Amino acid sequence: MKCAYYPGCSLESSSAAYDVSVREVADMLRIELLEIDDWNCCGATEYFSQDELTAAAVVARNLALVDPELDQLVAPCAACYLNLKKTDHLMAENPKLGEKVNQALAAGGLHHRPGRIRVRHLLDVIHTDVGEAAVRDKVVRPLSGVRVAPYYGCQVVRPFTDFDNPEYPMKLDELFTWLGAEVVDYPAKAYCCGGHMTQISESQAFELIRRLLQCAASRNADLIACMCPMCQLNLDAYQGQVNSHFRSDFRLPIVFFTQLVGVAFGIEAKRLGFGKEIVPAETVIRDRLGLPELSSVPQT
Amino acid sequence: MAERVGIYVCHCGSNIAGTVDVEDVVRWAGENIEDVAVSRDYKFMCSSLGQQIIEEDIKTQGLSRVVVAACSPLLHEKTFRRACASAGLNPYLFQMANIREQVSWVTADKAAATQKAKLSVVAAAQRSKHQQPLQPSHVSVNPATLVVGGGIAGIQATLELADAGYHVYLVEREPSIGGHMAQFDKTFPTLDCSACILTPKMSEVGQHEHVTLLTYSELEEVSGSVGNFKVKVRKRARHVKEDACNGCGVCSQKCPKKLIDDAFEAGFGQRKAIYTPFPQAVPRTPVIDTDACVWFQRQKCRVCEKLCPAGAIDFEQQDQIVELEVGNIILATGWKFFDCTKLPQYGYRRLPNVYTAMEFERMCNAAGPTGGKIVLRDGKTEPESVAIIHCVGSRDSQHHSYCSNVCCMAALKFGHLVLEKTHADVYSFYIDLRTSHKDYEEFYQRLLGEGMHFVRGKVAEVTNADRMPLETGKLVVQAEDTLLGKQRRVPVDMVILMGALEPQADATEVGRTCGIACGAAGWFTERHPKLDPVATMTDGIFVAGVCQGPKDIPASVAQGAAAAARVAGMIAKGTVTIEPITASVDEEKCSGCRICNALCPYSAIEFDEEKTVSRVNLALCKGCGTCVAACPAGAITGAHFTDDQILAEIEGALWDARPSGNEHPAAPALVQCTVDSG
Amino acid sequence: MITVPTDRRDLTFLHDVIEEAPGSERIVHCLQCGSCGGSCPNGPDMDYTPRALFALINAGQRDKVLSANTMWCCVSCYACTVRCPQQIPITDIMYALKRISLREGLAKGTDAPALARTFTGLLDRYGRSFEFGLASRYYLLNKPLAILRMGPLGLSMLTKGRMSLVPTRIRQLAQLQAIISKARELGGAA
Repeated sequence: MKCAYYPGCSLESSSAAYDVSVREVADMLRIELLEIDDWNCCGATEYFSQDELTAAAVVARNLALVDPELDQLVAPCAACYLNLKKTDHLMAENPKLGEKVNQALAAGGLHHRPGRIRVRHLLDVIHTDVGEAAVRDKVVRPLSGVRVAPYYGCQVVRPFTDFDNPEYPMKLDELFTWLGAEVVDYPAKAYCCGGHMTQISESQAFELIRRLLQCAASRNADLIACMCPMCQLNLDAYQGQVNSHFRSDFRLPIVFFTQLVGVAFGIEAKRLGFGKEIVPAETVIRDRLGLPELSSVPQT
Repeated sequence: MAERVGIYVCHCGSNIAGTVDVEDVVRWAGENIEDVAVSRDYKFMCSSLGQQIIEEDIKTQGLSRVVVAACSPLLHEKTFRRACASAGLNPYLFQMANIREQVSWVTADKAAATQKAKLSVVAAAQRSKHQQPLQPSHVSVNPATLVVGGGIAGIQATLELADAGYHVYLVEREPSIGGHMAQFDKTFPTLDCSACILTPKMSEVGQHEHVTLLTYSELEEVSGSVGNFKVKVRKRARHVKEDACNGCGVCSQKCPKKLIDDAFEAGFGQRKAIYTPFPQAVPRTPVIDTDACVWFQRQKCRVCEKLCPAGAIDFEQQDQIVELEVGNIILATGWKFFDCTKLPQYGYRRLPNVYTAMEFERMCNAAGPTGGKIVLRDGKTEPESVAIIHCVGSRDSQHHSYCSNVCCMAALKFGHLVLEKTHADVYSFYIDLRTSHKDYEEFYQRLLGEGMHFVRGKVAEVTNADRMPLETGKLVVQAEDTLLGKQRRVPVDMVILMGALEPQADATEVGRTCGIACGAAGWFTERHPKLDPVATMTDGIFVAGVCQGPKDIPASVAQGAAAAARVAGMIAKGTVTIEPITASVDEEKCSGCRICNALCPYSAIEFDEEKTVSRVNLALCKGCGTCVAACPAGAITGAHFTDDQILAEIEGALWDARPSGNEHPAAPALVQCTVDSG
Repeated sequence: MITVPTDRRDLTFLHDVIEEAPGSERIVHCLQCGSCGGSCPNGPDMDYTPRALFALINAGQRDKVLSANTMWCCVSCYACTVRCPQQIPITDIMYALKRISLREGLAKGTDAPALARTFTGLLDRYGRSFEFGLASRYYLLNKPLAILRMGPLGLSMLTKGRMSLVPTRIRQLAQLQAIISKARELGGAA
């Protein structure tokens, strides 16, 4: 299947590991991801806080740039996913605003018809379109013994609930079961990591992060698997500061779910972006799987 | 021979006369409308003096038609029809013009109002000349009644009718009557033992000479109309012979197949494949659940048959279709409980010690799975703290917008039971406390005194994601305490969810079977929510209890009794009057196309296969006119709404638009005057 | 002596909010149940929970609402929105209040507006976000001392190749900027 692909700014820099693992996994599953040419930043939560019309227009440029032959757009980053979906909905539900957005787009020679494109998260595509049988078929290195806490975060499951349950989602849990991993019951799975609060108010932010780490650690998770760059950054890069602040001793690797999918599919670690995380992940996985290194497994 | 029309224009005090120049209308009508013999006005036509004027004129002036221009016919059409009838004029030769709600009350423009009043009068007058005398028909009322649903409302209705000497067929889906009330432990606010107050009534029903009890049965088909319904009931095979069984219970005791009882035990306890739902069941006869029974599923066992001392087990027994004839039907089909897994944030079925209200009732009940002990899922640990969550699925536009009426009181009751039986702290998390009926507010005060804690805040979530040691191993209830304006996390051992009351899953179908509708929320639609809550738009079909809307036991009992009283009244009268405003098919003109059959909203049109013509069942026809309009051959006439009548009315209303030269200068009315009130 | 002012219901502010966020007319249906305040991860840190804020909006308390820290504590997790029994678009209203508050210069006691402006300033200039630029500018201007704490983190991000010292520009920057200008000209919410 062919989908337009919107990496988002984070996947180019702070979460490059997500981007490379997404591409590897998509390739394995024969999902053709066609990156939108010359896409721009979606504005995260920052543009909508100041000016709704401009924020929507900035996002809509990307929707307008999607190849007319394609009607599905995959965005691995939760914030980008939310913004793209939200803008499309806004234009559809509020025709006056939609009209103005298109007027703004026209100034750049562009136009977007709301509803033309279905914005989806990659997990949705893998779980729904590819499905269990095809995924299990590709597993050459089952993740037996790896205790994963699947962390959804908020913006993929809320407010758009067409994909998974907004209160207690299960699709990532299921995917990991298909990969043979030991899925930890992680009740904090849909709690917010705090997003940009780390820049605004550390005390608030650190407590939100601490809760997530503590819930996983107390349930003996080996690592936490994320589906959002912000979540990964907060839980990984700030883990040290959280430890100093609370005098805790968390040492939980935080990976992207596609990195683990890649490991199960037998792809070698360095092609999956391992090594970029602040709290090292590769050793933990290797130890659990009883392997000297995570190298490619030949596909038969 | 020309008609002699009497025109009466009412002042209605200043309601009409304040805007419409009534005297002018009277004068104008007398001068301009053909065949008007009398044209009068009066302050209050509906008063006895007003009616007297009409009656005298009919007699002295030989009136053959009467028109009253006044308020809405919904208010006084009956009044004036009666006046005509008592003076010897057929009531259907009367027509009313609404010059209040449709004229004086909708404009302040006196000239426009007066003009429109004139047009309304002439329209009514012209119409009346085409009206024909009609006779209502009467059908006899079968004194037997069908009551569907054996909960407290159905039981009450049954007993009231049976005690009055009228026969009742009580159909109940479950193996025993009793409904949800049989599941409860105590009832609020008296804290009576529910079974203790219910079972005497159940016994009475079971033994009553005027009651035929059909349990483990389903309503399949209803045909006919008020006074004469034909009903088909499917009596499902119990596989136990009712007249042989003595209720000893050996079969259940020895049955090897145990399973979760989703019905009576609300999924909290278990039963056997052959079972009676509870010890006080009426009838005592057990039932074999063929989906669970080892013989029916795998052709092994039959232990019950071997051990039954009365030889009452019958694996070959078949369902029976019972055909009944009744005069009226009372639906008392009750409710079901909300599926709390729809709110995953409360953890039901995921976190072990989250219970539904129905599970908790069974827990408190001494005959329940824990013998009445309040304990956690391990069966032995007493909780140290309990949280009761209100409005689970109620007052929530994502599930049910309505308030389920009884849960606040039930929550207080639960609080009391926990405080009485354990040392636990009890918290109620509520949005509003609805304790509005007799002794209910006092019950709330009682619980405040007993030390129940109240937090005003709808619970956001129940979680085991502990943040600190105090929360580990507990269920944490997180809510905003809105009276303090602060978020709180309260660690408890047990959570009780006050789930919504919902219509039965098949309420719409049952309604359709009986020809009644359900409202947007799924409850049966009553004839009038304020003034007629137990009748429906279909004559002869009544509703009682929660199936009409969430309510407590006293209200259900009251409605059961009310429905019974209505039925008893009809039986006592013996006949039902059918208004003659009905449609009739001219069989010569009917081509047998049957377009009308499907269009009739009251399923009142039958098809005669032999003659290939359609025929209207006068008892069911409401005179809506749909078939009249739809018939491509114009073969159907609507009595009292014929084409002639309607066209004459339209022409009258378009009086101002008649082409000039066509006016008929009418002979001035013989009598035109304003009548003094005093 | 404190006298209680006699007040009649003033709906002007409510109408302003409704205009800024269509769909927020649902605020009048608020039951004051507290699901939102109860769900909010930052609820305990807010001056007023979202519920309290709606009570204030319904009471016409404009200044209290616009200078509250509530919306600036909002992390857009949408937990409140999916749970609200009256389907009030709570998170969208938080965004609307941020916008109104910024326009009227009433946001106080929070660095969130500064972060927002720095971020979008970079987007307007390059078409992409620029984390290094964002961090350096924002911290320098707002929390210079935090640089000491953030320094080591910044360094490890750089060495792991997770942050660039140089911004990325989109090719058709002029196109984006034309769109942005036009949008600003058309002004505000629909």
